[in-house]
Amino acid sequence: MEQGSVLEMRHIYKTFPGVKALQNVDFTLKKGEIHALMGENGAGKSTLIKVLTGVEEFETGEIHVDGTEGAVINRSPQEAQNRGISTVYQEINLCPNLTVAENLFIGREPRKAGLIDWKEMNRRASELLKGLDIHADVTKTIDNYSIAIQQMIAIARAVDMSAKVLILDEPTSSLDDGEVEKLFSLMRRLKKEGVGIIFVTHFLEQVYEVCDRITVLRNGQLVGQFTTAELPRVQLVAKMMGKDFDDLAAIKTEEGQIGKEAEDIVIKAVGLGKKGYVKPFDLVIRKGEVVGFTGLLGSGRSETVRLLYGAERSDEGELFVKGQKHSARNPLSSMNCGMAYLPEDRKNEGIIADLSVRENLILALQAKRGVFRLLSRKQQEEFTDKYIEMLQIKTASRETPIKSLSGGNQQKVIIGRWLLTNPDFLILDEPTRGIDVGTKTEIQKLVVELASQGMAVVFISSEIEEMLRTCDRMVVMRDSAKVGELSGEEMNQASIMSTIAGGQ
Amino acid sequence: MKSGTLKNITSKRLFLPLFCLALVLLVNVITTPDFFAISVRDGVLYGYMIDIINRASELVILAIGMTLVVSASAGTDISVGAIMAVSAAVCCSVLTGGERAATELVAPLFAGFGAAILVGIIIGCFNGFLVARLNIQPMVATLIMFTAGRGIAQLITDGQITYVRVDSYKLLGSSFPGFPVPTPFIVAVFMVAITALILKRTALGMYIQSVGINRRASRLIGIKSVFIIFLTYAYCGLCSGMAGLIASSRIYSADANNIGLNMELDAILAVAIGGNSLGGGKFSLAGSVIGAYTIQALTTTLYAMHVSSDQVPVYKAVVVVIIVALQSPGFARWKKSLAKKKGSMQLEGKEAA
Repeated sequence: MEQGSVLEMRHIYKTFPGVKALQNVDFTLKKGEIHALMGENGAGKSTLIKVLTGVEEFETGEIHVDGTEGAVINRSPQEAQNRGISTVYQEINLCPNLTVAENLFIGREPRKAGLIDWKEMNRRASELLKGLDIHADVTKTIDNYSIAIQQMIAIARAVDMSAKVLILDEPTSSLDDGEVEKLFSLMRRLKKEGVGIIFVTHFLEQVYEVCDRITVLRNGQLVGQFTTAELPRVQLVAKMMGKDFDDLAAIKTEEGQIGKEAEDIVIKAVGLGKKGYVKPFDLVIRKGEVVGFTGLLGSGRSETVRLLYGAERSDEGELFVKGQKHSARNPLSSMNCGMAYLPEDRKNEGIIADLSVRENLILALQAKRGVFRLLSRKQQEEFTDKYIEMLQIKTASRETPIKSLSGGNQQKVIIGRWLLTNPDFLILDEPTRGIDVGTKTEIQKLVVELASQGMAVVFISSEIEEMLRTCDRMVVMRDSAKVGELSGEEMNQASIMSTIAGGQ
Repeated sequence: MKSGTLKNITSKRLFLPLFCLALVLLVNVITTPDFFAISVRDGVLYGYMIDIINRASELVILAIGMTLVVSASAGTDISVGAIMAVSAAVCCSVLTGGERAATELVAPLFAGFGAAILVGIIIGCFNGFLVARLNIQPMVATLIMFTAGRGIAQLITDGQITYVRVDSYKLLGSSFPGFPVPTPFIVAVFMVAITALILKRTALGMYIQSVGINRRASRLIGIKSVFIIFLTYAYCGLCSGMAGLIASSRIYSADANNIGLNMELDAILAVAIGGNSLGGGKFSLAGSVIGAYTIQALTTTLYAMHVSSDQVPVYKAVVVVIIVALQSPGFARWKKSLAKKKGSMQLEGKEAA
């Protein structure tokens, strides 16, 4: 091993059925550095982490860890932990009903005469947290604290179990800016103490703020290892995507293609609402228009579109679809009116995990046709091939279960599922969440293109920039109510922010 | 090349269930040499093998319904045995006109059969309503009929065994004169074929799996999840009614206490032995059918080995544990790691050479 390294992975190979997940990947981590692991979805980041921590076995290659002679193979996360490799996942693995101290020392409680020494445990717990500058009462249960504090407590536990290598897998995705800053100062402190940190994230700014080096993977192969200071952002993105980065600003629709006539109104809601869910609102959406819904988390964006689609039943107001009153409100009747709805929660409401790509693609169209008019196998396969090609879905075959695809490709399959039903009105709720930059751009372009073909689209994203690029008009939500609409010149970050905030 | 084809065969979904069935049958080659002998007596096929395909019929029919219920609702219908008893009681009571015994039919045969199937469907609908509409856990919802069913059957028959001593009624449970194949087997084949056809020719099979895997997502893409789950329970009720008829015809009577007793457990087991996950989702109808025949083959084998009927459950349990363990994910992992070890040993051997 090189001097100063705490971890070296050499020539790692790993294949899943039909996919070469890792091909000859090298990775080195120095003592006291924060090392970003970057790549698009499906690049092999997660697989590399899993191989390292013993969740998955690798086929060939070597792993060397400081303090252990020769190559090591971790067969379980427990074994990896014993060698000083700890992982803190995005979803926090703490017990919410136990106290902070109990969570910190679970499974290794200090004992006195065979019984747990609570006093000693609490003392050591508060010492540990104090040392890391985390402010929490160790005798309170974990669920009293925010996600950020919980995350830090999880890190504290990992570090206390003598971590040499700390893996943070997308720790910041559910934190706000202030919390991220706190997490970063904790990371910097650990770095000073000589811990090597592997930081997996999608956020470029964060990488440049806190990381010393960057390793980029693409399609299971190593693109390279770089020093952060010497790698400009644009180049990093280019390296991740393997192609020249598109100018994202240039994708917006031309003015003038939006229907102006009365018959071009696709959706018209009058006083539509549901008690305790969304306050009554009026809304008109025209042919060829991309309408964005924005607002803080919990402002009622998703709820509003669920009401439009009929995923939730409204109890007041009226909805007109293409001039016709739409009264039977359930998903199937909305689909028959030409609506399509991609829900926010891909895993629980989008994919049918165990079914194949083919079945996932054709299901909505099949449901629309009815149970007795089964699409022939040949038709199903033709449709599937067409959409795999059109949306460039990366899958081993038509019959691969959708759950083994990466997040971005799963999302493409579900978008394809709806496009196949040939809708007039497409609702996309957070279609780009948790998806790599390349696929994000592809989806944005697709949205704009669909609108230019005359489709009415609702596009929801928590990234305002993304919406500004794609939307013609923006509906602003606050506290379950529609508080404004912005279009044209008014549509800029500042005015959106002020409308969301509501101050004059 | 050769090992490649072998691997291809063993990785097929139905390989393990078929392998287990073959294994059970194979034991007989050693212990009961005349096990596979089939003869004709009085114009009817006769032999252990015939006994298996005959006796397994009710179980096969139950397993069809159970497979769909498990797939759509990730739960089991434990009332199928009780439904059998109710349908038998209804059929016999209709045919005897409410008397406890009859040597002549009071109502036409099809009226009795129709009533029995109908009552099966009604109870199935009741179960389906509880599970799909009221969201009661399947086990709890069907527990109601599991306990109440035999009581209802007793009520219908006044707590006595109702006999229908008419030759035409016995045909369903035996065989038609001049036709050597037992009728129950024909009915079972018919039910399997009809079900397979429905699943293949309509989108229902895909809907059921989709709902079983992700109910919320299925609803959002226009599949009526509640109705699909309801439908599987109703169909399971229909299957149970049919099985009850056959069981009743075999003994030309309705015995509320014993018809279909413990059959629900065998039906669930048949689904599991067929390689289907009891967690719902993807299913194989063929697997469940093979599972049902495996269970019956096992029972018949034990009888052929002169194990007394009191002890049969013990041996059955042992074999079932082995079969289920063979198909478990844990065993698959172990097998894989073993193969890997062997592979690396071969490699080392080559290097040494």
